[in-house]
Amino acid sequence: MDRNEEFRKSVTIIYKGFIVFFAFFGIVLCLLIYIALDHTFSAFKQEDDTPYADVMDIDEDRIENGIHVRTGLVEAEGLMEVVHNCTNCHSALLVTQNRMDKERWAATIDWMQETQNLWDLGKNEEIIINYLVTNYPVPKKGRRQNLENLEWYELEE
Amino acid sequence: MKRRNFIKKAALSSLTSLIGAEIVFGNLIPEGYAPLFLQDPDPFQLFNKDTRMTVLNNKPWNIEAKAHLLDEKVTSNQFMFIRNNGIIPKAIDLDNWKITFKGESVQQEKSYSLAQLKEKFTHHTYQLTLECGGNGRSEFDPPAMGNQWTVGAVSCASWTGVRLRDVLEDVGIKSNAVYIGYHAADTHLSGDPEKAPISRGVPMDKATMDETLLAFKMNGKDIPLAHGYPLRLVAGGWPASASGKWINGISVRNKVHDGNKMTGTAYRVPCDPVEPGAKVKEEDMCIIESMPVKSLITFPRTGAVLNKKKTLEIRGHAWAGELEVANMEYSIDFGATWNSCSLEKPVNRLAWQHFSAKVTLPKKGYYEIWARATDTQGKSQPMILPGWNPKGYLNNACHRIAVKVV
Repeated sequence: MDRNEEFRKSVTIIYKGFIVFFAFFGIVLCLLIYIALDHTFSAFKQEDDTPYADVMDIDEDRIENGIHVRTGLVEAEGLMEVVHNCTNCHSALLVTQNRMDKERWAATIDWMQETQNLWDLGKNEEIIINYLVTNYPVPKKGRRQNLENLEWYELEE
Repeated sequence: MKRRNFIKKAALSSLTSLIGAEIVFGNLIPEGYAPLFLQDPDPFQLFNKDTRMTVLNNKPWNIEAKAHLLDEKVTSNQFMFIRNNGIIPKAIDLDNWKITFKGESVQQEKSYSLAQLKEKFTHHTYQLTLECGGNGRSEFDPPAMGNQWTVGAVSCASWTGVRLRDVLEDVGIKSNAVYIGYHAADTHLSGDPEKAPISRGVPMDKATMDETLLAFKMNGKDIPLAHGYPLRLVAGGWPASASGKWINGISVRNKVHDGNKMTGTAYRVPCDPVEPGAKVKEEDMCIIESMPVKSLITFPRTGAVLNKKKTLEIRGHAWAGELEVANMEYSIDFGATWNSCSLEKPVNRLAWQHFSAKVTLPKKGYYEIWARATDTQGKSQPMILPGWNPKGYLNNACHRIAVKVV
């Protein structure tokens, strides 16, 4: 009987050990699956909704969705040359709201050098102008545009 | 959040471009607060304009109408576009206002007070179409620099004054007279008193037409200050810049007048047609004379939605510079077919003409109604942009409105 009792005890210990082991394994597995699906644990974070978040950016040359976050400039060849040479004195908005061809950008750079203390851009001038005409081209209106900005209203009799 | 900031910044930058200076601490302007320069002066109050007019520029003032605002047969002040080149004169002294005739081709210099002009010469009243040479500039490709007028830089008010011809005859003109040029009391943007903001003119043929007036009344009342009080030239059918405001002098010239904005590329187009974007030498640019044939649908306003109804009354005006409009048509199928509009005769030469039509739209859907006028020489409005020119003048492409049947 003692032996039987001992045997039964051993079986119970092994049984409990298995349960603990599989429970642990199950938890780890769930965790791994969760990490695979949401590796940033975003479900546990609160949505950051303050309008001042940008100021806190540690990486000031962070790119999101193809946009240089700090300046709003499009990520493309020549971006950093533009950021470093064209956004020190004025906002990048001054750059992006203008649409010019190579010749007129060159004339604008000349004007800034003559009157606004812009330095010699050296070989960067060509890189910058190429970036601007490629990423901010003069809009093609063609010979007739679509009717746009329509405010639909019901016409009364 | 970034988007909100961006929009705020973008709005700020457009304010900045409006006043032509940076708004210091602009980022601190509370949302919904209009900076003082926008509150005062309020151009709509200042010039008694409808608030639906569009301000394109505030120094100098340039304000345009929208097509549906021009529905009146005779344009009233509240819907009349303003195109200024300089600063509107201040403190006009009516009693001492005079107009001096001078230049190479007068027999002798002669001046008239306002009272003398009004007493000595017969008064005439005409309804006259005045359209800015750059009306429609915003559509050109490549873009042309300047005020980006859409369709609203045109008016047809009733003007009362004396014929320039009668006054020129009284002054005495030499047989070598070629051109007249006006001089006015507005001042240059730079503040330089030696500089005239604009001093244009017309050849003798145009100057001596019945309808070319030295006008002192608009729609039966004193001319509003922004439109040339107390005296202006009105040369209907030509670029409105030929109709000088605040006139205090006329030069009778033995050559083409060479005042400001007569020379260079101003109010000129290439003498021979050029490809879009071409560089044109100054000597290859010719002065614009008569404006081309054009029309506007003034009712309904674009964007009309017809609920379970397929007929629509449209109306508007058509004009043709020196000529008359002979025929007026509309299309509901992007120019594939055209239907006639009924067209009235002008009340006098150089006045716009009124058209109307009952349009039937066959089924549900999106339509564009296109309007096309044809002048007495058989020239029609193009459906696409006419010949490109460096300064973006003379866009008479057909007017279009959008309509939906639901």
